[in-house]
Amino acid sequence: MGRLLSFFINKNDVSRYPGFGIITLLFFLFLYLPIMVIIAFSFNENKIVSVWNGFSTKWYTSAINNQTLVDSLQVSLTVAFISTFIATVIAVSAALALTRGDDIKNKNFSIMVVNLPLMLPEIVFAVAILILFSLLGVQNGMLKLILAHTCFCIPFAFLPIRARLQGMNNNLEHASQDLYATPWVTFRRITLPLIMPGVFAGGMLSFVISMDDFITSNIVSGGGATTLPVYIFSLVKQGVSPELNAISTLIMVASLLIATPALYFATKK
Amino acid sequence: MSKLTMRFWGVLPAYTVMILLMIIPLGIIFYVSLMTSDPYGGYKPLFSLESYTQILYNYDWDNNLELNFQYLLIIGRTILLSLSTAILCLLIGFPVAYYISRQRKEVKPVLLYLVTLPFWVSMVVRVYAWVLILSNDGVLESGLRLFGFVDDIDSLLYNNGAMLTGMIYSYIPLMILPIYASIEKLDPRLLEAAGDLYSTRIQTLYRVIIPLCKAGIVSGFILVFVPCLGTVLEPILLGGGKTMMMGNLIQNQFGVSRNWSFGASLTILLLCIVLIFLFLQARRAAKLNQGAN
Amino acid sequence: MTKAVQIKGVSKKYGSYQAIKKVSFDIHDNEFFTLLGPSGCGKTTLLRMIAGFETPTTGNIILHGQNIENLPANKRRVNTVFQNYALFPHMNLEENIGFGLEMLGWKKDKRECRVNEMLKLVHMEQFAKRFPSELSGGQQQRIALARALAPEPEVLLLDEPLSALDLKLRQAMREELQDLQRQTGITFIFVTHDQEEALAMSDRICVLAHGEIQHLDSPINIYENPTNRFVADFIGDTNFLDVNVTGSNVHATSIETPLGINIDVPASGVKVGQDAVMSLRPEKISINKSVDGVSLPGRVMHRTYMGGYTHYTIQLSSGADLRVSMRNNISNNINYDLNEAVTLGFSPASVRVLGE
Repeated sequence: MGRLLSFFINKNDVSRYPGFGIITLLFFLFLYLPIMVIIAFSFNENKIVSVWNGFSTKWYTSAINNQTLVDSLQVSLTVAFISTFIATVIAVSAALALTRGDDIKNKNFSIMVVNLPLMLPEIVFAVAILILFSLLGVQNGMLKLILAHTCFCIPFAFLPIRARLQGMNNNLEHASQDLYATPWVTFRRITLPLIMPGVFAGGMLSFVISMDDFITSNIVSGGGATTLPVYIFSLVKQGVSPELNAISTLIMVASLLIATPALYFATKK
Repeated sequence: MSKLTMRFWGVLPAYTVMILLMIIPLGIIFYVSLMTSDPYGGYKPLFSLESYTQILYNYDWDNNLELNFQYLLIIGRTILLSLSTAILCLLIGFPVAYYISRQRKEVKPVLLYLVTLPFWVSMVVRVYAWVLILSNDGVLESGLRLFGFVDDIDSLLYNNGAMLTGMIYSYIPLMILPIYASIEKLDPRLLEAAGDLYSTRIQTLYRVIIPLCKAGIVSGFILVFVPCLGTVLEPILLGGGKTMMMGNLIQNQFGVSRNWSFGASLTILLLCIVLIFLFLQARRAAKLNQGAN
Repeated sequence: MTKAVQIKGVSKKYGSYQAIKKVSFDIHDNEFFTLLGPSGCGKTTLLRMIAGFETPTTGNIILHGQNIENLPANKRRVNTVFQNYALFPHMNLEENIGFGLEMLGWKKDKRECRVNEMLKLVHMEQFAKRFPSELSGGQQQRIALARALAPEPEVLLLDEPLSALDLKLRQAMREELQDLQRQTGITFIFVTHDQEEALAMSDRICVLAHGEIQHLDSPINIYENPTNRFVADFIGDTNFLDVNVTGSNVHATSIETPLGINIDVPASGVKVGQDAVMSLRPEKISINKSVDGVSLPGRVMHRTYMGGYTHYTIQLSSGADLRVSMRNNISNNINYDLNEAVTLGFSPASVRVLGE
């Protein structure tokens, strides 16, 4: 509140715009109220969601005991772990190659290729890969999900790793080489430890992106593999329910637990 | 190893994935869009532009082509809603980004964190939040009724407004972050210089701040507009079955309708809209650069 | 004298830009050798080619008789002190200094011994377990030196190592660097754009500009007998005046100056009729003091008091301006006022004639 008041007091500061603070405040309300509503109503005893009837945690118990939910969570976790791992390895390799070179024209083209999934609406990618899988006769739902997720996770892993590499003075690698280290030893002893926060952030981000993906997973899934967002979507289509509120709350808490360290490492100097 | 061979081996895995899982599939999509659709699902390998004409025309009883506005309406709605989302995100996002950038050093990362946080919360859950709020007998309606504002309202859900709200909610962090980054680069002394030279705050905003933040504004606009064009969740959950957008129209062709050729041609059309938009932006940026040099 | 490094016809092109234009020179063993020049002159490129971070477009680099231009940096017995030190931020000082030794396969106890020796050499024994971020600039500088010297390289390369330090520290480090070079007996190749630094430390200086050698000689010769106008201008301060060469032989050059006098100055190799300038250093001119040579009347136009020195600009009756530098010492603490009439004196032996 003090910050808001300072607006009206500090009239001589040319860089302040009255009204922007109020817009910001309203914006944050807009951003967090819906989330608060879900969390609040997840503790509602009443089966009719919008009528408050008393506090209860029974919907959490029923959510945890929902076997389909647990199964879909397992699918999501497996897909996210495997595709994050592959995407991160590929991203480290690409980021190294593309930050430590000097012919600019080619480099920008390669960066564009690596970031391709970010430039198209996801539905385009989803449909394209669906047709590819059906032409190739790929039946295994898990395999389809892993391949698709690996592809669109690459840029999310790539960007923070590349940012980290760019922020790192390449004289450090020169110094290591100058002190008789081979390129491989230089990578293992100097480069990798120093870009580790970036690798970690990139890995976390692609993990969250994979866990969160709906559009591609919804189109590609089948063959016995339903991911968590696809399952929740099917619940939402049946209408609102207090159990859904509880599930959503659990997912939000889990996302925060993963996203917070990732964001922290991504911005760390 | 020379720099070039290192580059080659380093990007090879990424290239392989992108070529096999992105570029070739896009080629296949284009191929399928040129084939005849098979009434039993999938497509027949027979060349035909039928799936493209189907976007504009359908056959009447006498097998004559007849203009059909059904799909044009969806395409128009998609573009219009995406543009509105991007513009509203800009109008809300710019003041927010600016306000955050003017806070103390310790406050800034906290506010930025709060902006990004919902973005990492499951997309489906975020859209669901609005279903919960806007549905019949939902939180908003019950709330309004409780305070005696209304007796009965038509459903707040299943209209363009609901979709617009959901889309802004989903994509606004993508507008704020790049704008914030460009405002952060702005030297505050420039604002003081403008003020010193008798410019009012509003003039400074239009003549100094906005022109210098153009790069951030443009990339924020692209980051919001492009995914909006292909969005699927908002039209299904907030728009209901009736008010469709291209995203769920395409998805239906590969699901319920099983009309792959038509779905493929819609996908190509969507891709073209995105590419035209990106191309226009790139040309504008090039022109601006030329002006700057 | 054995040759530590031989540069033979080395050139370097980046696309169409010629950074180094076919240069050749030798660097002797146990020498403090400096590459001096303005930014963009190619001195760092040359250093990086010796270190192995760049490959020459043409020519050979020979280290103690062995061709090294195609060897990767990790196979060359040369070490570098980088401009911003490039200390590994995730390793403590001990690990930083021991890194090169470890890579060369030294045993652990032997390595520790050497690391301690190096820490002692740079007076940083008590900091062994610290990390680079906990050190001041000057301390980081010392550790970078210790790290590069630890593997006993045949040649030590120093890439503007003092440029990040403040003036006082820079001056102290100059002496320390000279001492280190004498103690270790290792050949130092030092890159700088600071002419004072180069004059103070080097056995020999190579002045570079536009990728070419302008002058390679001892500091005294570079300052006193520069080969061309660029060198005279770049090193120290001087007065340039356009002159006509009226006679030239092996003993002396006769010139017609805009000072209104004709004088015979030391031989220069500049031919009669050729465009030429004379260079006269400000400290070689006296005010109101009888000297064996030329005396010229003038007026004080400008005075800048610098503490230890006072700089004057004197306008001569011929219309030419000369800058004069006076040391403010015990025997010479007179200040001349603006517009005061004075008499300048200098010896023609101090004048150098240079072709363009």
